[in-house]
Amino acid sequence: MAKEAQSEIQNPIIRVRDITVQFGATRVLDGLNLDVKRGEILGFVGPSGAGKSVLTRTIIGLVPKVAGSIEVFGVDLDSSNTSQRRNVERRWGVLFQQGALFSSLTVRQNIQFPMREYLRVSQRLMDEITMAKLTMVGLKPEVAERFPSELSGGMIKRVALARALSLDPDLVFLDEPTSGLDPIGAGDFDELVRTLQRTLGLTVFMVTHDLDSLYTACDRIAVLGNGKIIAAGSIADMQASQHPWLRQYFHGKRARAVMG
Amino acid sequence: MSSDPKLERIAKGNALALCATGTWTASFAPVLERMVADAEKLAGSPQSIFIDVSEVAKLDTFGAWLIERLRRSLTHGAVEAQIAGLSANYSSLVDEVRRVRATPVVETSTVTITGMLEQIGRAVAGVGGTVAGLIDMLGAVLAVGFRVLIHPRSFRLTSTVHHMEQVCWRAVPIIVLITFLIGCIIAQQGIFHFRRFGADIFVVDMLGVLVLREIGVLLVAIMVAGRSGSAYTAELGSMKMREEIDALRTMGFDPIEVLVLPRMLALVLALPILAFLGAMAALYGGGLVAWLYGGVDPEAFLLRLRDAISIDHFIVGIVKAPVMAAVIGIVACVEGLAVQGSAESLGQHTTASVVKGIFFVIVMDGVFAIFFASIGM
Repeated sequence: MAKEAQSEIQNPIIRVRDITVQFGATRVLDGLNLDVKRGEILGFVGPSGAGKSVLTRTIIGLVPKVAGSIEVFGVDLDSSNTSQRRNVERRWGVLFQQGALFSSLTVRQNIQFPMREYLRVSQRLMDEITMAKLTMVGLKPEVAERFPSELSGGMIKRVALARALSLDPDLVFLDEPTSGLDPIGAGDFDELVRTLQRTLGLTVFMVTHDLDSLYTACDRIAVLGNGKIIAAGSIADMQASQHPWLRQYFHGKRARAVMG
Repeated sequence: MSSDPKLERIAKGNALALCATGTWTASFAPVLERMVADAEKLAGSPQSIFIDVSEVAKLDTFGAWLIERLRRSLTHGAVEAQIAGLSANYSSLVDEVRRVRATPVVETSTVTITGMLEQIGRAVAGVGGTVAGLIDMLGAVLAVGFRVLIHPRSFRLTSTVHHMEQVCWRAVPIIVLITFLIGCIIAQQGIFHFRRFGADIFVVDMLGVLVLREIGVLLVAIMVAGRSGSAYTAELGSMKMREEIDALRTMGFDPIEVLVLPRMLALVLALPILAFLGAMAALYGGGLVAWLYGGVDPEAFLLRLRDAISIDHFIVGIVKAPVMAAVIGIVACVEGLAVQGSAESLGQHTTASVVKGIFFVIVMDGVFAIFFASIGM
């Protein structure tokens, strides 16, 4: 028991090996390897259409892969049985690009949905935890009774994050969390992710285009190109890299503006 | 790693000390909640209250909140309960939870008799609004139709042809199959009952009149309302949900012209064609049954059919078709454009579209029956 726990701490939380994903004749991911360490915020960048969302969706199990293996929390998702898989799914939360809130449920019901399914707790506790989650993501309690169509873009992202966090997961996937937010809102969101990672001990897998997020929120950055990880490391490593796309990305006009 | 959580009381003279141990996480939430509820009753009036959490192995939001809840309910008057032995890892989580204001959630939707009566009242009052909405849409479509007549270049031929394919061409197999079967059933029932009077041959009269005047067009209209009316509502509704219709508007396009008119036109052209095909299939099916089951050979069937029906019967039937198509199309488009942001709303309006479409088709059929009877057709 103790030995297992020990190995779970040392091993990467996500271990992706030789993943290949193909849509028709186009090969999107080609023998990709990636490790995500426990407790880090990994920023995942790459040109549009490079397959960032595809990789995320492949890890979560929404896109079938042609070859390769994926281990999350030390469980190989291909060879796992249903209950093991449920167990893994309970321990991760996903924030989709468009929020993907259930449109016919209120914010409160959206956040309570996973709790209702997985935990047997009283309505009172669920309501209180919902308020706690809303406070954590920086929303007012009044929002709880609104429907998703009555929320602004930034609020949808926050509610979606609150729902992703509703079971206190160990790992969250964020697909472009700051896209469509104003710079101040995006900055707040980065700060929020940082705070939550600190308080809850989360591991965060964040697909992003936002240079500010990379600088302020991420511990490590992985870059996707030609279906492979072309570089992974700290922001300093990225700036030092000689790869043409990376040079353009981190030394372009916008990057200089961010760095001041 | 995970051990059962416990909450124990340690007597310390005048102070109340509670010691929390084990795993305080979501998976143990029911147990934790019960323990906390029990501990809340311990209150009394001690001088100082401590909750010792130094032995807690793992803490998440659920556990942290329950400890916070306990702290709040034990605090009374000037004596504030303290959390002791908090490790650095979890202190920020506990701080975070402390900021939460536990506002009781007000449940608003309770089912009462007055509430139900109110809903019925609102639904009845809404009927007027529905009719007004339909007339509004009819006016809008006609206005756009005249505008397109004056400026034929703004007519969307491609879109209309596309919808014709969806609504007419692709509907042919199912419409022909169902009307064929209905024709068979009418003929079989007719022969079965008419035989007692030795009036077998009159089944041809019944079949001809019934199919051409009523069943052909009515049945096809109902099927089209279910098949295409619902599709129109769902298409327009999901476009509304994704703000595509607003996007069209901001680009200076009229959604009625771009989306509604081609659909309406396709339906108005399609329904007479489908009604004609349906009537022919029903007659064929009826003739087949009359021959195989009733012993009326095809030659006798056709001779009798020529005597029994006139072109009037056919005209009465086919004239109704475009009008019914217009009703179905207008209902479907009004409902589609009324969809709000949620998936539930899309479902409600699609249902409403089919139900109202079929209802208005039958009402129109009744109105036509009165009209044709009074002009003697």
